[in-house]
Amino acid sequence: MTAISLRRVTRRAQTGDKRASFWVYGLLIAFMLGSVFPFFWSFLVASRDSSMLTERVPPLLPGGNFLSNAARVFDTVPFWKALGNSVIVSGTVTLTTVLFSTLAGFAFAKLRFRGRDALFVFVVATLAVPTQLGIIPLYMAMGELGWAGHLEAVIVPNLVTAIGVFWMRQYTAQVVPYELIEAARVDGCSMIRVYWHVCLPAVRPAAAFLGMFTFMTSWNDFLWPLVVLNADNPTVQLALERLQSGYYVDYSLVLAGTTLATIPILFVFVVLGRQIVAGIMQGAVKG
Amino acid sequence: MTTVTRRRASHQGVAPAPPGRPKLTFRQRLSLADVKWSPYLYIAPFFVIFGVVGLFPLLWTAYLSLFDRELLDAEGTFIGLGNYTELFRDSQFWNALFNTLSIFVLSSGPQIVVAVLVAALLNTRLRAPTGWRVGVLLPYVVSLVAVGLIFGNLFGHNYGLVNGLLEAVGIDRIDWQTNWFASHLAIATMVNWRWTGYNALIVLAAMKAIPKEIFEAAMIDGASAARRFFSVTLPLLRPTLIFVVVTSTIGGLQIFTEPKLFDAMPGSNNGGPSNQFQTITLYMYQTAFETQKLGYASAIAWVLFLVIIIFAVLNFLLTRRISSSGTEEAP
Repeated sequence: MTAISLRRVTRRAQTGDKRASFWVYGLLIAFMLGSVFPFFWSFLVASRDSSMLTERVPPLLPGGNFLSNAARVFDTVPFWKALGNSVIVSGTVTLTTVLFSTLAGFAFAKLRFRGRDALFVFVVATLAVPTQLGIIPLYMAMGELGWAGHLEAVIVPNLVTAIGVFWMRQYTAQVVPYELIEAARVDGCSMIRVYWHVCLPAVRPAAAFLGMFTFMTSWNDFLWPLVVLNADNPTVQLALERLQSGYYVDYSLVLAGTTLATIPILFVFVVLGRQIVAGIMQGAVKG
Repeated sequence: MTTVTRRRASHQGVAPAPPGRPKLTFRQRLSLADVKWSPYLYIAPFFVIFGVVGLFPLLWTAYLSLFDRELLDAEGTFIGLGNYTELFRDSQFWNALFNTLSIFVLSSGPQIVVAVLVAALLNTRLRAPTGWRVGVLLPYVVSLVAVGLIFGNLFGHNYGLVNGLLEAVGIDRIDWQTNWFASHLAIATMVNWRWTGYNALIVLAAMKAIPKEIFEAAMIDGASAARRFFSVTLPLLRPTLIFVVVTSTIGGLQIFTEPKLFDAMPGSNNGGPSNQFQTITLYMYQTAFETQKLGYASAIAWVLFLVIIIFAVLNFLLTRRISSSGTEEAP
């Protein structure tokens, strides 16, 4: 076989066949429409009044009531407070998770100590443990501590995750060279300064992804805040759930709430989507 | 791999002093202690926090499950395995277990097939590949509560869009909240909508990691595109598929938010008027925080824990079997 045809084979083999065909784009666009439609629909409902839903042929263009519906959201539930609470909770949890995970990841990946491998196996095993099932004693403990109804109760149980430690260990092992650590030690750095000046800058991309991932998970958390917080001091998700209370569900109100709650996350996603995608794909290969 | 300790020691000569050597200075000792104990300090936060808020509550749940205890009791009555024997006679529990498994099968099965297909589509030579990847991930950023509310609206009985469309093409309205199969299908749709794109990206990453030489060899041997997909790509995706299946098992069996918000009665924990779509986690939540039987709810939690472990292991074995036999059976 000649070199030229072999190269052509190689190039075709790399990516399946040839340039993506009409069908590929068609199917992807169909999938994408399915993904986007619920967003569009909820905005549509949120921008009209509830009578729209009773019409036989629903209108396919947004109406002009979004702002008044959004205003009603703020009247019905303490939405500002919920937003503030969610920012505090998710922000704190993200900071501590990234800090503790990078520290532990650094120790597991680059330092040698007695029991290291066994302890790391333990971390991996805990990945499969559904800790959500421990909420009953945890709830009782929060009652004892007097934290029920307060933000501590949602922050403390989520300070660090096994997945974070696992992720950072895998990444640190790959990107931080021993030579750099050595050099820093020779220059008289203490261990914590090695972590801060050598390890942390090198693992920044993975730490950033872990941060985004943690923030989103915490922002979207529902079961535990539902158990331990109350309606006066809610997170965004709890406030959203409260919107549909009552026998009759006012969907233009409810979906105005979900639109309001989704817009900030969507905005973050549009800005950082590329990094989130890269993070998921990297984590997949390494994990 | 050389240890940092040893390397450091060889450079600075502060290895533990052999007898007869001059005593170490305070700074040197400090440095040695730093090297020896710092790692434990760095991993301590994880172990302390996981122990206190993860492991300990789980064990305490097992202990609680041996008591008959109401929410406001200070102490419960020890009844041994009484909660468990009651649980096995409890038709609501079996119903919840069945619902959980049914929703899980309806969601994870189609989801993985579609995720592999979407990954295959994304693995072609597209214009603006990153844009498409970001696009398929979009549903993943929406919170479960928002998903539940939006789909609750879409699947509404009287004014839902889905029923409207069904009626427009001449099919009868379906009562998505009271028909058990329809309700499972609707909840599975929410799960699939949110997670398919995410899993497609994980599968895509694995596809990209397959060495090109294998495809070249298959092409030179005259394998068609379909044959290459089934005989080369799919078997090599095995570890990734196992990963996806196992993680979706652990998450899928604990499904809570979607069924809770799907109820036509807001705030209800019943999962439909006659528990059509009450899952185990929802039943556990109801038992603990509505009927306030903490001991019984703990028994439910612990049984669910065992079910999850069993299914994760089963799925692991099954996925391994299926994807390895796929290689041999391929025509």
